[in-house]
Amino acid sequence: MRDRFRRSIGVPVALVAVFWLSGTAATGQAPVYRAPRAADGNPNFNGIWQALNEAYWDIEGHAAAPGLVTALGAAAAVAPGPGVVEGGPIPYQPAAVARKRENFEKRLSLDPEIKCYLPGVPRATYMPYPFQIVQTQKYIMMVHTFARAVRTIYMDDHKDAPADSWMGWSNGRWDGETLVVDTTGFNGQAWFDRAGNFHSDALHVVERFTATSPDHLLYEATIEDPKVFTRPWKISMPLYRRLEKTAQIMDFRCVEFVEDLIYGHLRKPPGQ
Amino acid sequence: MNHRLLAPVSGLVVLIAVMWLASMPAAGQAPSAAARTNGSSAAAYTAPRTPDGQPDLQGFWTNTTYTPLERPKDVTKEFYTREEALAIAKQAASAESEQTEPGTIPDVHYDFTQFGLDRNQGGMALNLRTSMIVDPPDGRIPPMTAEGQKRTAARAEARKRMGGATDAVQNQPLSVRCIIMDRAGPPMLAGAYNNNYQIAQVPGYVMILVEMIHDVRIIPLDGRPHLPQNVRQWMGNYVGRWEGETLVVETTNFTDKTAFRGSSEHMRLTERFTRVAEDVIRYQFTIDDPATWARPWSAEVPMKKTIGPLFEHACHEGNYGLGNTLAGARAEEKRAAEAAANKRSN
Repeated sequence: MRDRFRRSIGVPVALVAVFWLSGTAATGQAPVYRAPRAADGNPNFNGIWQALNEAYWDIEGHAAAPGLVTALGAAAAVAPGPGVVEGGPIPYQPAAVARKRENFEKRLSLDPEIKCYLPGVPRATYMPYPFQIVQTQKYIMMVHTFARAVRTIYMDDHKDAPADSWMGWSNGRWDGETLVVDTTGFNGQAWFDRAGNFHSDALHVVERFTATSPDHLLYEATIEDPKVFTRPWKISMPLYRRLEKTAQIMDFRCVEFVEDLIYGHLRKPPGQ
Repeated sequence: MNHRLLAPVSGLVVLIAVMWLASMPAAGQAPSAAARTNGSSAAAYTAPRTPDGQPDLQGFWTNTTYTPLERPKDVTKEFYTREEALAIAKQAASAESEQTEPGTIPDVHYDFTQFGLDRNQGGMALNLRTSMIVDPPDGRIPPMTAEGQKRTAARAEARKRMGGATDAVQNQPLSVRCIIMDRAGPPMLAGAYNNNYQIAQVPGYVMILVEMIHDVRIIPLDGRPHLPQNVRQWMGNYVGRWEGETLVVETTNFTDKTAFRGSSEHMRLTERFTRVAEDVIRYQFTIDDPATWARPWSAEVPMKKTIGPLFEHACHEGNYGLGNTLAGARAEEKRAAEAAANKRSN
């Protein structure tokens, strides 16, 4: 009885569902939101932005974990996060899995963030500090708080990286509502996070920035590195506009804070 | 080895560079002097506008120069003749590109036949001024107040208590530590190399990227107040506004450690950027620090259009020299101690 009843309304429900699905598919093809325009007619991404997630600890899903510095207790504990990697774990090649594990185990001495080194791409984007986009027609600058890392995205003068660098060499273009940034020329010394996820100098990052509201950007990055991964993979997350009137990129010059860490063993012993 | 071959080449390069300088108008100098003396806008030039109506300062610029901040003591005039300025540039360029003595520390550290080219090949503006300082009229930093002298002595004393220069990383100069280049500013002065800047403008902001240590200032133009007094930053806290053709940037909230030419942390810096020609920005700055100098003093230097881009200057990341300097000092101490021990046991 109840089964027969269900069957009779089952068909119209399925039909409605199909209609609804086709509706979402259509909106998925064309972006729903059209960003305000800059003077050159392109979407205007000028502003101060920040990721709000725990990917800076580990881009993969991870539970809360104790920190490595006993004295800092809960203040430096690993905050749990569901991860920003799409479609399963990072596809490391077998040899790279071992290297990743070693990085994790020795992260206190190997993580470049701890030494105040330039964070690289995409790590700079989701560090827990604001960054500012300064968007002109020819150059889009991304000025990060941490270590004052600066990226220049060349919009009309695309060329290959003249040399390897920490932040890479970025060529950009507009794809409708989306800023597409193609970055290579890395020196292979940066990491993805504090968990030891890493890449080589063959890293190729294609980032897509798309406004989804006046105060949100969807950030997607496709990661390719034939020396480390078996296939390209992707991370994505929203970026949020910092709305405070006082929002600004302040001076986080961390070199001074790591000098004893890096050079302390070379200090002249007392009494000599 | 390589550079010894290059030495004769560099002489030729210097010649070419100086000939190139000679072919240029003395950018920014005579017009600015005229502008000050007769009060008229000798700069008939009006900068193009950005889409939001700001005078357009965008692009790549260099403030590289042979003009000293302070007027040399044996010079009494404000301007050189064109011939004098060229002769000085030529002399400075050839001195800078000279082969260093093989085996000396400078020779190991830098190949000056290469490094020396940076300034004289970089396309600097010919500056007829005998000093960057335009006020006081003698072209020199005013005498320090008693308070300033006392602070300078106290700083020297504190520094001495820290021990020798190679005893600890903190005893090394800020620029060697890649914390801040004392000349990258603000105020922005030139050194021997990497005197390049990129300016970008968007509604509400002017960004100035300094090649040295990828230092960057994003100067807000929205009339916001300075940060609270207790917030001190290496480059200070800067806010800007347009006065006609001129970008005016006011910076306060410096740290006590920045100490520009002995300044206090209360130094107030006013910088003025005026595009006076298609390829020249007149850069002027005024230092106001009554705790150090009885009167404000001002300087100016042209910034000449140059070619980009600026490449990443990862100073700290590649700072092998600093670690090696300290390690070398420890090794020498160890060797000396061993020698002394051997002497005792013999």
